Amino acid sequence: MRRGPSTFNIASIVLGLAFLYAPIVILVIYSFNASRLVTVWGGFSTRWYKALLQDAQMLDAVWMTVRVGAVSATFSTILGVLAAIALVRGGFRGRTVFAGGIYATLVMPEVILGLSLLLLFVSVGLPRGFWTVTLGHTTLTLAYATVVVQARLRSFDRNLEEAAQDLGCPPWKAFLLVTLPLIAPAVAAAWVLAFTLSLDDLVIASFTSGPGATTLPMRLYSQVRLGVDPKINAISTILIGLVATGVIATYLVQQRAARRGDQRS
Amino acid sequence: MRRGGSGLAAALPLLWLAVFFAFPFMLVGRLSLSDTALSIPPYTPRIDWNQGIAGLQTFARGLDIEAYARLISDTLYLDAWLSSLRLAGIATVLLLIIGYPIAYGISRCPPALRQALVMAVILPFWTSFLIRIYAWIAILKPAGVLNIALGALGLPPVDILNTEIAVLLGLVYAYLPFMVLPLYAVLDRQDHSLIEAAQDLGATPFSAFWRVTFPLSLSGAAAGALLCFIPMSGEFVIPDLLGGSETLMLGRVIWTEFFANRDWPAASAVAIALLATLLVPILLFERQQKQVIA
Repeated sequence: MRRGPSTFNIASIVLGLAFLYAPIVILVIYSFNASRLVTVWGGFSTRWYKALLQDAQMLDAVWMTVRVGAVSATFSTILGVLAAIALVRGGFRGRTVFAGGIYATLVMPEVILGLSLLLLFVSVGLPRGFWTVTLGHTTLTLAYATVVVQARLRSFDRNLEEAAQDLGCPPWKAFLLVTLPLIAPAVAAAWVLAFTLSLDDLVIASFTSGPGATTLPMRLYSQVRLGVDPKINAISTILIGLVATGVIATYLVQQRAARRGDQRS
Repeated sequence: MRRGGSGLAAALPLLWLAVFFAFPFMLVGRLSLSDTALSIPPYTPRIDWNQGIAGLQTFARGLDIEAYARLISDTLYLDAWLSSLRLAGIATVLLLIIGYPIAYGISRCPPALRQALVMAVILPFWTSFLIRIYAWIAILKPAGVLNIALGALGLPPVDILNTEIAVLLGLVYAYLPFMVLPLYAVLDRQDHSLIEAAQDLGATPFSAFWRVTFPLSLSGAAAGALLCFIPMSGEFVIPDLLGGSETLMLGRVIWTEFFANRDWPAASAVAIALLATLLVPILLFERQQKQVIA
């Protein structure tokens, strides 16, 4: 048997988590501060949330960001599922190059990716706006979606799909009817991850967007440069709440699916 | 979907990568050989396809290495290159030192708790990067949360916002999940009977860790180090928001050349230089990933 965690182990975990969460907690607390100053606690207030609702530019940016996120996450999940199938089931020529390309997008500094995508859009004369940002974000999130689906596919029992095929099901149909429902939690997780990454991206959006297509991170960035503003804390708190809810829900769904899978086997 | 089907599945993502990833790099390379100009887009020469071969020849004559010559002659770029690698390197070492005990601690917990802890480490990564870095401004600024806390403890205030220390702090903070996860993955997979064997043969718990567990976890450490070092060396948001005007990093230089100076050829040349520097780490990372898959 493994020995349990030592005091040192517990201390490292607690300190590590404190380091990761303290800034977020402080940010959330100060979003409810009545005072404009970070240093002064002026009592509990929701005034910054009300101010946010009147900020039409900010709301436009939110809407834009959500649309870009939803469309690009859908594209990148579809591409990610296909890429994961190709990587896990392998056996075609050029697989190494393919895997290399996927992993390269994963670590590529965003500034380089953003600049190169912009040059592509300029050289083909595509007007910059919603679609260029969406295409850019699909490229950015593709590798993450692939990795998430790939992890699930690797542990997937191929026999189920082959049984369907032995019973006369065409391969694409066996995939849609047997495999896809079984890997659905991972596909959902890939979509959520791609969506949040898109929601979050400043660099690629800045390079590839045009006039009238300002995303939320772009707006936040221009305000952050002007200094600390409680309204930023308020919108950040809303974002953190939404993302945390989404991620935890996805996690629980996956856990339940995994438990059901354990019982079945 | 038996055999051959997987090649078909690869076609669409492969095409996507070719159009939106590989081809644009060639455009960056080409642009880095162009001249800055007061036009839209702001560079010459551009290929004039209407002129056919003659247009291509004019284009080729117009190419030069001026942007690269500037990279070498202006020490700003060299300084930015060196400090990018230095800061990313120091941050990687700090991440290893901080991330290892966390990953090791998690791997020693009971299975149910392990899952939840891994989730807890990943969760901040899902919340906005920009917001998390912004949160540090409120903590580190002269009248910020850190100095209020130090004051309450009777300690002198520190002024580290807009310094390299703040940049390092931000890098370590933002990339910690990327270090903990690969380390945890190898530590969790480790065959525990090896430790038992070492201890049966008389090793103390510490020497069992140092001579068995630790060497076996080095592949995870390498994966984590590369996964953090490569994007960190091109980082823009962290040096821009937490660093001072003297904190130069290549990501920031590319951004400034592009947005502030509108010097697209210079931005492209810096991007190519950064890419060339990262080529070896990226190839190492890929070889590593392939070993993990195999």
